[in-house]
Amino acid sequence: MIKIKDLKANVETDDGAVDILKGITLDIPDGEVHAIMGPNGSGKSTLSYVLAGQEDYDVTGGSATLDGEDLLEMSPEERAAAGLFLAFQYPVEIPGVNMSTFLKTSINSIRKQRGEKELDALGMLKLIKTKCAELGIRDDMMKRAVNVGFSGGEKKRNEVLQMAMLEPKFCVLDETDSGLDIDALKVVADGVNALRDPKRSFLIITHYQRLLDYIKPDVVHVLAKGRIIKTGGPELALELEKKGYSEFVEEAA
Amino acid sequence: MSGVSEETIQTVTDMAGKYSAGFVTDIETEKAPKGLSEDIVRFISAKKNEPEWMLEWRLKAYRKWLEMPEPDWAKLDIKPIDYQDSYYYSAPKDHKDGPKTIDDVDPILLDTYAKLGIPLREQEILAGVQERTPVAVDVVFDSVSVATTFKKKLAEAGVIFCSISEAIQEHPDLIKKYIGSVVPAGDNKHACLNSAVFTDGSFVYIPEGVRCPMELSTYFRINELNTGQFERTLIIADKGSYVSYLEGCTAPMRDENQLHAAVVELVAHDDAEIKYSTVQNWYPGDFETGQGGIYNFVTKRGMCEGRNSKISWTQVETGSAITWKYPSCILKGDNSQGEFYSVAITNGRQQADTGTKMIHIGKNTKSRIISKGISAGKSNNTYRGQVKILAGAEGARNFTVCDSLLIGDQCGAHTVPYIESKNKSANLEHEATTSKIGEDQLFYCMQRGLSEEEAIALIVNGFAREVMQELPMEFAVEAQKLVGISLEGSVG
Ligand SMILES: Nc1ncnc2c1ncn2[C@@H]1O[C@H](COP(=O)(O)OP(=O)(O)O)[C@@H](O)[C@H]1O
Ligand SMILES: [Mg+2]
Repeated sequence: MIKIKDLKANVETDDGAVDILKGITLDIPDGEVHAIMGPNGSGKSTLSYVLAGQEDYDVTGGSATLDGEDLLEMSPEERAAAGLFLAFQYPVEIPGVNMSTFLKTSINSIRKQRGEKELDALGMLKLIKTKCAELGIRDDMMKRAVNVGFSGGEKKRNEVLQMAMLEPKFCVLDETDSGLDIDALKVVADGVNALRDPKRSFLIITHYQRLLDYIKPDVVHVLAKGRIIKTGGPELALELEKKGYSEFVEEAA
Repeated sequence: MSGVSEETIQTVTDMAGKYSAGFVTDIETEKAPKGLSEDIVRFISAKKNEPEWMLEWRLKAYRKWLEMPEPDWAKLDIKPIDYQDSYYYSAPKDHKDGPKTIDDVDPILLDTYAKLGIPLREQEILAGVQERTPVAVDVVFDSVSVATTFKKKLAEAGVIFCSISEAIQEHPDLIKKYIGSVVPAGDNKHACLNSAVFTDGSFVYIPEGVRCPMELSTYFRINELNTGQFERTLIIADKGSYVSYLEGCTAPMRDENQLHAAVVELVAHDDAEIKYSTVQNWYPGDFETGQGGIYNFVTKRGMCEGRNSKISWTQVETGSAITWKYPSCILKGDNSQGEFYSVAITNGRQQADTGTKMIHIGKNTKSRIISKGISAGKSNNTYRGQVKILAGAEGARNFTVCDSLLIGDQCGAHTVPYIESKNKSANLEHEATTSKIGEDQLFYCMQRGLSEEEAIALIVNGFAREVMQELPMEFAVEAQKLVGISLEGSVG
């Protein structure tokens, strides 16, 4: 269960501190998929970064817990070990580090933190092979440097691959659909659906309703200017799509 | 650095804190009186039972040294060195020169090397063969070589691998012919000092047409307080032969600076190839104050004497308070090739001024320089490289890449290339970049469970990959770990 209560955050700029999240309250019970939709600049990515512990943002109020544990007290890697996974809107390139090394380091760092036994080379190889096959990722991608020269679709599939390997409790997907054609979108959605589990919850951040045709959310929230202005069922996404953001936001205000 | 297991690294880390090789071995030693004089030079030569010509060669170097100025081109802040405040000879007490096997070595020393992860007992190494190829090791402790392993196996292939003291006794013709032929005694003040007082080092001769059947390596350790280490290595690859050689180095943590002035000479004849790799992990001095640490002033040069010969230098430099070192190639034979692959990491208060010289003399000679400098803490890291194309070097080519990575904003990175071409047909390419380690990269890794230090180690190893992959496989994993260890505390 993820509980976010009146979460406020700002960022330091040359012109002083700017408030971005202005009090967000949100509960996601285990097994549920929630979507957050909102116009560009409404604070969607900021919310995901704040939950994951990015240092650029200062939390100025509120709380966020995962299964009762205070996320905001933890370092980013502790949050990862606690089961939080963020699929980045813009996955980062790491030149010279190949995918299999990266995955291996990641999995074993998390296992180490959890006091579990590290996976040996063979176990790792098997795990990578299985998960790649499930997501239709070719083996040779594992020899390439992390996200370097990856197409948009490859980058997003790579995020879902990592999510599948780390088996998190709570997954935040930040615009994983943006820039994908319909085939790539289906692959990503299938990957996410395969991970749906009564013990796992999702926060799907998206700008468009389209993704939600493939990943059926239980609840939809609309975010504008750092606040959730409306919460409803999947039909809310359709309404939003029909009216467009500006009209919708105006009506809700 | 040969064969360091996880456990060994862990034990050693637990033992000595941050600098994992920083412990002292309590062993009785025999030393020459402190200070430097003609008498000391004579003492060293006598200790080694050297022939007259060797003593003369040393004395000539010593007299020259007295007159030579300190080299001043490097961007380094070096406190004046008091040459009289150091010991120039220190050996374990029961040490006797001459051929040695492991059975003759003091068990305390064997334990020291086991702690450092260097197994010397051949049976133990062979027992672990399934995991890795055995590596022959020459072990230099303070001033003397204490053991050389796998000599018999190498001798069967005709390979000579022994300490240089032994070579002076057993192979005087080779020594006379080659010593000082690549790095003349008067090359620079540090090399000159080495020529006068070198106490040991390794000697390798690969006969014509032989591919050396195993990796060779020398492991240098400075143990005694106030002792300089002056080793001299000479490797000769005769026609059509091949050898891969690796050196590793560590020293205890001391508050005083210690001088390490080595000379390495390589000679490659027609169609021969020498691959020389270094993993340097001398004590870097105190992280905060910079107190202590090794002055690593090393002259390394390879002579591509023959046609189609090749010399490749790979270095991973993580230690020392000050590193002053420019492994170079003289490309004399037509179609000969020189390579320099370097990773230099500075952290804390360390200073490094390192690079290479590629001197193109023969036709169609090729050189390749890949330098990766990583600066963290309050350190300073300079790449200094020279590419010189002589008039007769028709069709010469050079390719240079110098990349610098900064961690934090209190460190410095500098790139100083000198390029000189006297032949119009030469083709020279030079690329240089400087970047900062990305906050977004760190965060991405940390979101995947890595600690900040693990993330830095991973990113830096990626940055240095082109060089790291040049290391012999047996050493690559250890070197990668060392990169991580040497960057500990670089963010805070
Ligand atoms: N690091 C930052 N520095 C300055 N402004 C920022 C920073 N991050 C986000 N912002 C600002 O905060 C607002 C919300 O950004 P973001 O969370 O990326 O929105 P979304 O993901 O919904 O498009 C925007 O106005 C953006 O410019
Ligand atoms: Mg966004």
